[in-house]
Amino acid sequence: MGFRQVLDKMEPHFHKGGRYEKWYALFEAADTIFYTPPSVTSTTAHVRDGIDLKRMMITVWFCAFPAMFFGMWNIGYQANTAIEAGAVMGTDLRSVIIAMLAGNDASSIWDNMIYGATYFLPIYFIAFAVGGFWEVLFAMVRKHEINEGFFVTSILFALIVPPDIPLWQAALGISFGVVIGKEVFGGTGKNFLNPALTGRAFLFFAYPSEISGDAVWTAVDGFTGATALGVAAEGGMDALISQMSWMDSFIGTVQGSIGETSVIAILIGGAVLLATKIASWRIVSGVMLGMVATSLMFNAIGSETNPMFAMPWYWHFVVGGFCFGMIFMATDPVSASMTNQGKWAFGALIGIMVVLIRVVNPAFPEGMMLAILFANLFAPLIDHVVTQANIKRRLARV
Amino acid sequence: MFEHYISLFIKAVFIENMALAFFLGMCTFLALSKKIDAAIGLGIAVIVVLGITVPVNNLIYTSLLKDGALAWAGYPEVNLSFLGLLTYIGVIAALVQILEMVLDKFFPDLYNALGVFLPLITVNCAIMGAALFMVERDYNFGESVVYGLGAGVGWALAIASLAGIREKLKYSDVPEGLRGLGITFITVGLMSLGFMSFSGISL
Repeated sequence: MGFRQVLDKMEPHFHKGGRYEKWYALFEAADTIFYTPPSVTSTTAHVRDGIDLKRMMITVWFCAFPAMFFGMWNIGYQANTAIEAGAVMGTDLRSVIIAMLAGNDASSIWDNMIYGATYFLPIYFIAFAVGGFWEVLFAMVRKHEINEGFFVTSILFALIVPPDIPLWQAALGISFGVVIGKEVFGGTGKNFLNPALTGRAFLFFAYPSEISGDAVWTAVDGFTGATALGVAAEGGMDALISQMSWMDSFIGTVQGSIGETSVIAILIGGAVLLATKIASWRIVSGVMLGMVATSLMFNAIGSETNPMFAMPWYWHFVVGGFCFGMIFMATDPVSASMTNQGKWAFGALIGIMVVLIRVVNPAFPEGMMLAILFANLFAPLIDHVVTQANIKRRLARV
Repeated sequence: MFEHYISLFIKAVFIENMALAFFLGMCTFLALSKKIDAAIGLGIAVIVVLGITVPVNNLIYTSLLKDGALAWAGYPEVNLSFLGLLTYIGVIAALVQILEMVLDKFFPDLYNALGVFLPLITVNCAIMGAALFMVERDYNFGESVVYGLGAGVGWALAIASLAGIREKLKYSDVPEGLRGLGITFITVGLMSLGFMSFSGISL
């Protein structure tokens, strides 16, 4: 008896009137992980395509893996470097596991990976379990299907928080993102903000001391090290260059949120996303263009008091969460603009806003998260303008 | 000088957005944001009203009401600022009345779409709020023109994007208890989270 038959035999129990009717959403989710759904369109419009929402989400999930593995290694690398320089590791359960499996040698890939895993995996597990819990709960109560969107939301959320974040905050953040950012609107495809970013923004404003500042980026107690943007906002480009080279920031051996530091790892995933057309190249180009244009403008204006004015665009590109946001967050097909021209405008708005926040807003050194949320607000309006312009143009042609 | 006006304008539009930073003018903001076209129409009406009433109130305040403002008439010790609220509301009401007649005559569609909310602009707290901010911050005439227009543009931008989001949300599947105003409140809260990107900028 094949696996298909086992599932088929179980299926009637989950249908209406069956014993496990309430759990249908879970059954359906398990079934469609292994097989394509049996349901077909019954009306006239048919699209035959190998890719559906499920495959799309899984692809995004896999594409986040390079950034994830690099992030784990980098947590360990940063922490072990700090320990070699004299910082003391905490004495919690993590340190016991680290001592059991590995040492504290910053040049050993294994040691770094283990160190990073003890920090990243709990965060990811919490984000996955709590996000999944809400997804399943809403699916059962509201009778919609479980969507793989939460795979993506949970991994993206885990990658954009600092390694030191308390786990209860991670749980709270993902809950806010999934419930208020997505499920109250009816689930995947019906929200207007990116759920992972909504959750992070909630944490950012509710618990600023655990998610920003200098003390949170290295997973060692009491060690402070500023992010590239923090350094540049304080001391300007000279201070930044004296601390790290452009290449360091490009490869990612710097302080930052877990998954955002390595531009090269993100671009590997991004290339797959762009090649499979899951991420829109229009949005990505729009973000780049907006960022380059705005930073060139600030370079030209110049300022004596604000050192951030002088940051060139190729530095804006590699520091902070710019790249991660551009590839994984801005291209979220649900909360971005839908029309082709709208995608350019939407991307450009993000690019402009991110440089604007980084440069002129002294309260926040990094602006990618807020820039994307801000552009999400205007995405429907941009679409409206584009479609109305199309209608007008076509009417004039008649 | 020019730079000062630009930064005042940007501050009024984004950083101190009437709707999403101060939550002023909420009644019309929530009630008339179902359709983008009506929302843009109302937004323009608010820009016009704010762009005229704030400078007019500024003139009245500086030349009649302010402490010692009546010195030109020979009463330097008179302070009429207690009449402020009454005067501002009077000016706003008169102006809205005129705007209503103009819209009725020249843009009947928009007039019908706005319905009862047009006269309600009179008591829209965003407009009263702008007049009071102008007094409190001691803007001169030029500044009050810029501030009035900026506050109006900010409010119009907010209501237009809220209307865009609500048109999109028509296709969403909101739990029954939250349909209508409930989900709109949540939406506005999330929008103001997006607008937090500006908080902290000092121009």
